[in-house]
Amino acid sequence: MAENNYDVIIIGAGSIGTPLAMALAKRELKTLVLEAAASPGQGQNKCAIGGLRATHSDGSKIKACLRSLKIFSTWHKEHGDDIGWIKGGYLFPVYTENDERVLRELLKVQRGFGLNIDWIGPEKVRALVPGIADKDLRGGTYSPDDGSASPLLSVNAFYRRAVKLGAEFHFHEPVKEILSENGEVKGVRTPLGRYDAKWVVNAAGAEAAAVSDLAGIKVPVNPDCHEAGITEPAARFFDPMVVDIRPGDKSKNYYFYQNWEGQIVFCLTPQPPIWGHDRRSTSEFLPEISRRMISLMPNLATLKVRRTWRGLYPMTPDGFPVADFPAALKGYVLAVGMCGQGFMLGPGLGEALAAHMAGQPSEEDRDILAGFKLERSFAGQEKLK
Amino acid sequence: MERITEHPVLQPEERKTVKFTFDGKTCEALEGEMISSALYANGIKIFSRHKKDDAPQGIFCANGQCAQCSVIADGLTVKSCVTAAREGMRVETLRGEARLPRVACVQEFGRVEELDFDALIIGAGPSGLAAAAELGQLGVKTLIIDDKDRFGGKLVLQTHKFFGSVEDCYAGTRGVDIAGKLEDQLKDYPSVQAWANATCLAVFSDKKVGVLRGDKYYLIRPKAVISATGAREKSLAFPGNTLPGVYGAGAFQTLVNRDLVRPAKRLFIVGGGNVGLIAAYHALQAGIAVVGLIEALPKCGGYKVHEDKIKRLGVPVYTRHTILRADGKESLESVTIAEVDEKFKPLPGTEKKFAADTLLIAVGLSSVDEFHAQAREAGMEAFVCGDAEEIAEASAAMFSGKITAHKVLKSLGVMAAPVPEFWFDRLQVLKSRPGVTKEPAKKDHDKQVYPVLHCRQEIPCNPCVTVCPKKSIKLSGESIMNTPRFTGDCIGCFKCLLICPGLAVTIVDYRKDPANPSVALPFEIGRGLVKKGDRVLLTGWEGAELGEAEVIDVKDFKAENTLIVIVKSTPEIADLAVSLKLFPAEAGVKTPAELAKSDDETVICRCERVSLGEIRRAIRAGTRDLNQLKAVTRAGMGACGAKTCSALLLNIFRSEGVDLKTVTGFTRRPLFVEAPLGVFSGVKCRTEADEKASWSGF
Repeated sequence: MAENNYDVIIIGAGSIGTPLAMALAKRELKTLVLEAAASPGQGQNKCAIGGLRATHSDGSKIKACLRSLKIFSTWHKEHGDDIGWIKGGYLFPVYTENDERVLRELLKVQRGFGLNIDWIGPEKVRALVPGIADKDLRGGTYSPDDGSASPLLSVNAFYRRAVKLGAEFHFHEPVKEILSENGEVKGVRTPLGRYDAKWVVNAAGAEAAAVSDLAGIKVPVNPDCHEAGITEPAARFFDPMVVDIRPGDKSKNYYFYQNWEGQIVFCLTPQPPIWGHDRRSTSEFLPEISRRMISLMPNLATLKVRRTWRGLYPMTPDGFPVADFPAALKGYVLAVGMCGQGFMLGPGLGEALAAHMAGQPSEEDRDILAGFKLERSFAGQEKLK
Repeated sequence: MERITEHPVLQPEERKTVKFTFDGKTCEALEGEMISSALYANGIKIFSRHKKDDAPQGIFCANGQCAQCSVIADGLTVKSCVTAAREGMRVETLRGEARLPRVACVQEFGRVEELDFDALIIGAGPSGLAAAAELGQLGVKTLIIDDKDRFGGKLVLQTHKFFGSVEDCYAGTRGVDIAGKLEDQLKDYPSVQAWANATCLAVFSDKKVGVLRGDKYYLIRPKAVISATGAREKSLAFPGNTLPGVYGAGAFQTLVNRDLVRPAKRLFIVGGGNVGLIAAYHALQAGIAVVGLIEALPKCGGYKVHEDKIKRLGVPVYTRHTILRADGKESLESVTIAEVDEKFKPLPGTEKKFAADTLLIAVGLSSVDEFHAQAREAGMEAFVCGDAEEIAEASAAMFSGKITAHKVLKSLGVMAAPVPEFWFDRLQVLKSRPGVTKEPAKKDHDKQVYPVLHCRQEIPCNPCVTVCPKKSIKLSGESIMNTPRFTGDCIGCFKCLLICPGLAVTIVDYRKDPANPSVALPFEIGRGLVKKGDRVLLTGWEGAELGEAEVIDVKDFKAENTLIVIVKSTPEIADLAVSLKLFPAEAGVKTPAELAKSDDETVICRCERVSLGEIRRAIRAGTRDLNQLKAVTRAGMGACGAKTCSALLLNIFRSEGVDLKTVTGFTRRPLFVEAPLGVFSGVKCRTEADEKASWSGF
């Protein structure tokens, strides 16, 4: 049974599980990733549009994402494969007094954490996004150090790196049981057999709650559905991720950017939220996003939409992840409830979790996990989900 | 490259012309003509340069499905095969990435109109039109949509007469004429609405179907969805397969038979199914030299009568041959073929090179089944008919449309009776693959005038039986698959000869000159090619040469668009002659050592220009999920939505020795074809100039 004995078993080869495997393998922990799908990133990773930012409103997220940004932005140089990283920044254009007040408030918090973000006037906004709607434009917040990368290329790059460092991946192999004895995790069982491990990590994304039930630990993670799409490519005409936080008819915010291939990738947050696991496209999405994007940027009207899809945000009640070692089951690790930000949190969070499992967490590693405890009130609200 | 002004079957219409420019050069188009056809008519084959490697690109599907033919028209990137040329239009080569034009839109948005129908039929080809007629007869509120400006699907591209039975599917009538009849029929049914230029974009999970009609987007809420979406052509991987001049047989038929543009001078064809064989025949009708046709199998899969038709005219058909490569600097200049062994491996030393400017890929069809899958997934009453269900002849498609309509009537509660069992039997017959080929029949009578039926392969067809006024042609059994037999009297009326889709009936007549019987041969290549007094080379069974003969008369049956060439013959060859040879065969140039060249550069995904080498590397590195392959290489991520490369990719897995059971297929997502973001909110533009630069015609 020795070959079926691991230090760490990760359930899920997605935005979280894959970079975590890489971080664990780097620390020479014997790691196995079990994934129900056929290849890495086939859950919600490939539904992510690729935005990467550290400009959140709370310390844990900010620190995790800063760590992630460092990994994404240096990947090409360090490892040679292009993952489509563009340092295009994030831009929140503002058209109402209220939004300006909210964002300026938040700016104080963000700048308090040392983030490179500031208020810019309408001239600068127009320069960053040529053709943006002029009427009532007050300016916006802009964070030039944020950016984007390809979730598809990234997760595969992390996968190749993890394998190179010694991690094992089994695809088409769903976990059916999480095994424990005397309050301590022992391993897992799949249709193909039993695997023993000291640590079992739940990185099952949208399926996290059901997987955690196998461990007998309830986690408050419920997915809601967001639709997204991508256009044909065009010569680059703007750089930042544009986030419009004004409410629409059937939606809250939406956001879009031009990716490394010149294609516009866009995503809409439905209002009210649509709870569930349905990944099929609806007829509501394109008319709503079309109206909203073209109101903001009329030039987009002629760009052809190539493909649409629908992904799931594994939500927690307060909009913050759960990345924790629950006391009720020793050796069981939660890396769940990323609330649609798994792609940007993954590499940073992976390093912090790996450091804990290796028994050598730094102060920053501790800070990162400090905000993501399972035992919390879930009463607060993330300002910019 | 030029326009076809004379054609044995098609009559060029008188149309107004418009002037447009291509890269500054003034060109002429017919009013309403698609830019792609107009460019070809003006001798332009290269429409764009790929952003990845600057490769020249031109027409490929000519069906609005891929984006190979993209150009810039008045500042907008458009697919030239589905965008009409307009007076004063500025068309330019698309180089690399398109620049986004500035469009001054007013902030005025239209509401998406939602419409209720009992039945929605996607596709107005033979099966869709047949289904619509059945539903219309019983007053079912039906919407039938088609993405083309004319109904009939691929029928409108078919200049040949159809097989099948007269009572079930217009056998003996030309495809293009059947299209007209089916469309006319709909006018009798007020409950059927018909939308041309209406493309289905997706069937959504909330049971609504997104349809883009011109530049207006609708959501249709049907009780039943019928996918009559036909088929798409399969592609083939070989070095040079994306050179301008290499494209599908469907695109060729579109240029030649729909738009009457002669896109080629010297044509080569890959694939001996009916599509390839008929394309060769259409080329000959359009005055294009067919240098050769190859088929990898030991026998052509298409109807023998189609194969013999082209062989008798002089087109070489190479069975057990494959294409090695296509070469040319900016567009196709030559093709190299080779013989293959039982395992389809090219045999060294058999390579031959032919000069050709156009290469047609006709290696089979696959069903367009996306909408049916989406409708079923959405839990709708979903039906499928015609080629979308199973690839077969148009005759079968019409009958399957009729059957499907009855299933819909039952599901809607309009009709209680089940579909009669014998209909399914008939459909099976119409769908039949060709059966055995018999030896040429021996003469077993001493009539002075009689038809010779050179139709010896079992195919579903019987118009000669139906049309004979003396009832002297009978099938050798019940089913229309049986071969016909002459038994009884003949009055020499030519009716069987004129109606035969296979051009396989001749009339031998000893009455005037018992020593030199005349033979009447069907001929539909071109008026004026053969005249009274000419010496012609007669050809018979499988194109065998029978010696020269004198033409004693040429009769023009205008209503049938068929000529009858009457030659003076001898008793020895009178029963053997079927046609006359028009073209001498070319041998090609022996070119050894081509086999050693690596095929790593062969383009598999033509949208993103992903090479065979890149795909092989990923497969050898362990990739077994097409979605991962797509993520890593971009194969399948382009404008066509993986419609072209999906099958090719699976072939590569197979050739790498991977069990396809271990390979995960693409997850298919909307949209079916790309559509401008603006159409989904009906955004309006301000000025006339903007109006012109808007998205009408996508």
